[in-house]
Amino acid sequence: MTTRPSPALIAIAALVYVFLVGPLVIVIGASLSDTTYLTFPPQGLSLRWFENIFEITAFRRTIVTSLQLAFLATGLALLIGIPAAYALNRYRIQLPSWLSTVFVLPILVPEIVLGFSLLKSVAVGASFPIFVSLLIGHTLLVLPYCVRVISASLASFDFSIEEAAISLGSPPARTFFTIVLPNVRAGVIAAFILAFITSINDVSTSLFLTGPGISTLPIQILAHVEQFFDPTIASVSVLLMFLTVAVMAIVERTLGLTFLAK
Amino acid sequence: MLKRYTGWTLALPATLLVALFLILPVAATIGTTFADAKGVFSPYVTFFSSGFRRTVLWRTLEVSLITTAISLVFGFLTAFVVSRAPGRLKSILIIAAVFPLLTGVVVRSFAWLIILGKNGILNNFLVGIGITDEPFSMLYTQGSVIVAMVYLFTPLMILTLVGVLENIPEDLIQASASLGASPAGTFRQVIFPLAVPGLIVGAVLVFTGSFTSYATPQLLGGERQMMMGTFLYQRAMVNFDWVGASTIAAIMVVITVAVVLAMTRIAKRLNPMTT
Repeated sequence: MTTRPSPALIAIAALVYVFLVGPLVIVIGASLSDTTYLTFPPQGLSLRWFENIFEITAFRRTIVTSLQLAFLATGLALLIGIPAAYALNRYRIQLPSWLSTVFVLPILVPEIVLGFSLLKSVAVGASFPIFVSLLIGHTLLVLPYCVRVISASLASFDFSIEEAAISLGSPPARTFFTIVLPNVRAGVIAAFILAFITSINDVSTSLFLTGPGISTLPIQILAHVEQFFDPTIASVSVLLMFLTVAVMAIVERTLGLTFLAK
Repeated sequence: MLKRYTGWTLALPATLLVALFLILPVAATIGTTFADAKGVFSPYVTFFSSGFRRTVLWRTLEVSLITTAISLVFGFLTAFVVSRAPGRLKSILIIAAVFPLLTGVVVRSFAWLIILGKNGILNNFLVGIGITDEPFSMLYTQGSVIVAMVYLFTPLMILTLVGVLENIPEDLIQASASLGASPAGTFRQVIFPLAVPGLIVGAVLVFTGSFTSYATPQLLGGERQMMMGTFLYQRAMVNFDWVGASTIAAIMVVITVAVVLAMTRIAKRLNPMTT
């Protein structure tokens, strides 16, 4: 029998949850309104503001850019992050202890400082194309999630299984792909999800790196809000929420909800 | 021979990425603030001798501290209830906290624009029930920024603390009760001290997150409630004052790193078990 919190505490927690979920419900409601201004509860139900997203070229373009960036940055970060996480666990004695700190630097340094510094050194200083600068920024941003989450998975992996495979004649590279990687599959999926969501929602780093013709969805939303205050923004927000739900559903299907509770 | 470098070879690409595109550029940004023609510390003298700039820094610290304090209190109380909830309900409550966290900062700040605007829900409600005839202007105030930031960071606090509170053995709480402590006494003398390391981690996350935020002060504070993040953007992209912007960036780095280091130190001292 666990201790039951007092009714007063339960009431506070309930209010906190109303505070957490309420605003998102309001955004969903506002996106369905038939009016040309933002209002809640919605007046008349309509999906016209969802159609409107795709009629605005800037939104169409930035949705594509954001998805491309999120997939590419996450893919790149996994490509270099998985070997790094593996090295940190498997070759711990060879590597200096500060190396794992290097991989969390992108979280420690304020994102907005990273964005501004990349603008100065990479986008302007080295005149990298806009998309490449954005890709570098996003890859850095999501690298810590990849390295840390996969490292945590590898920490509970029994490397003697790998040694057994190698001593039985399996080449090291093949052993990695057939023995090690399948065992940390959950970690890789979790890293992918965290990285993808971080990239697709990023504002502070992208802010400085977007340029003429190339922008990301959150930056476009910020720009749109400053000019128009119509339900389109609510619809785009709901679209982003759907994406989050879809990603969470994937977690549920592949790993089970208990995974999220960890 | 070759084997000695396998670890380094595998870690090299990621290390290079961080070194070339994070450490070097950020070091260059901080470096420019010491390379000014007018003298080594002149950008800092300019920053701290301007009343407006000091106000921005002060406001940012104030908003971040208030946000941290409020989300600590409500996050802690909520996390306690969540950690003692029965299995199925607990999963639902955790997912309900994860979901806002995974929804972007822009979307969540925008929600407060709809709520707090002149024709927003809150004003319509207040006018509707007759509390006021004229809608209040709630946007672009310090309060609106704080409310949105508390909204932004409370889920993070809840999730950080649920893990910590779950690890407090049930026996301890019951022992305290059977030895005659009131529920409030148990909460204050048993649960709270054991949760301190988690509270510190949560406080650091919320403080640094608020201190370096951009989208929320931009949308809900505007020009009137300029904070370090929005000020940095304005100096860099509107005024093209890159030395001024770099100075703001350097101050942000110093304060966030100092807070992280100091708090980890304190957390270690309070709990020798944490690494």
